[in-house]
Amino acid sequence: MRFDSLEASFGHTPLIGLPKLSPAPNVRLWIKMEDRNPTGSIKDRAALWMINAAERDGLLKPGATILEPTSGNTGISLAMLAKQRGYKMVCVMPENTSPERTQLLRMWGSEIIYSEAAGGSNEAVRHAKEISAANPDWVMLYQYGNAANALAHYESTGPEILEDLPTITHFVAGLGTTGTLMGTGRYLRERVPKVEIIAAEPRYGEVVYGLRNIDGGFIPELYDESVITRRFSVGSHDSVRRVRELLDHEGIFAGLSTGAILHAALGIAGEVVKRGESADIAFILCDAGWKYLSTGIYEGSLDDAEDRLEGQLWA
Amino acid sequence: MSTPEIDIRIPTILRPYTGGEKSVQASGATLSAVIEDLERRFPGMGERLLEDGKLRRFVNVYLNDEDVRFIGSLDAVISSGDSLTILPAVAGGS
Repeated sequence: MRFDSLEASFGHTPLIGLPKLSPAPNVRLWIKMEDRNPTGSIKDRAALWMINAAERDGLLKPGATILEPTSGNTGISLAMLAKQRGYKMVCVMPENTSPERTQLLRMWGSEIIYSEAAGGSNEAVRHAKEISAANPDWVMLYQYGNAANALAHYESTGPEILEDLPTITHFVAGLGTTGTLMGTGRYLRERVPKVEIIAAEPRYGEVVYGLRNIDGGFIPELYDESVITRRFSVGSHDSVRRVRELLDHEGIFAGLSTGAILHAALGIAGEVVKRGESADIAFILCDAGWKYLSTGIYEGSLDDAEDRLEGQLWA
Repeated sequence: MSTPEIDIRIPTILRPYTGGEKSVQASGATLSAVIEDLERRFPGMGERLLEDGKLRRFVNVYLNDEDVRFIGSLDAVISSGDSLTILPAVAGGS
């Protein structure tokens, strides 16, 4: 395949069957390989849509500075595009993220402002909003509330999946900004009667939930509960276990959030088998495992891996 | 008593109500009944979880790791051996 530039090569990622992890011949799992995007994650879609929309709306002018709260992947995608298009990039990132994310962001030319570990991404969002208020000429694309984020998946991820898997019965993805689930979920629900849209949400260590009070909680503005049908919370132990199963049984090297999603997908697959029904379950591989190698979770005992991830924003 | 006693994981922010305990027990046939029992054992807890008879917006409750809002919310059926996890809603990574 030939493309005019790197960014034009986004999407059209492979949907790969998992013959060994699928629990029955008529209950099949399919993984969408979003690591095959320009900077190696599904966030390239959202970043491209958000920047294009901001340029169209006249928000982003030549030489502008883009500001974004991110735990890594969105910032990496935005930094690559910003550099290509002549914008300055500033990311607000929680300090409890893997060192590869810092290296990658700097590599693509982003400045990084760290936010406190306690409160995780909540704190990054809060801090970014303060910085935005103090720098009114900077452009915060704000992935948690930017309609172009969800639209990217409504216009690309959803159509690609349905084209490759017209018999889809379930779609499973991670819940962060909720953009993937909202966009893909809406697209599939409009076209596939009874399709189930399932969210897998990473459950972190206690430090990440360290709010000053319960009213300081956060729900992304993009989130619409009516789009999804079920929602699971998956801890680091199960996520690491599933990431290793994906490697052992299917030879696929995934990052940790994919482990959480696979855990939910296998849970659903097991229920379908028990009911004696058939299913085609598609789920998202958000990124490959490269930027998690320093966590050491691909070897040793699961308990050790869990300890290494305690307090880290691993997804 | 025919209703099961189950384990409930309490987030840091609500531990002042449980005397610092990370995990407590309560019983009830539905989530609503379990929260009533929690309030009896740990006065003040009910009000932190509910508002106008519904789960508070920024409170997430998971029954065996599944968000209760998709399985009946306060009417979710509790069985012996289940576990509940209460967590504040926070921004996920991305």
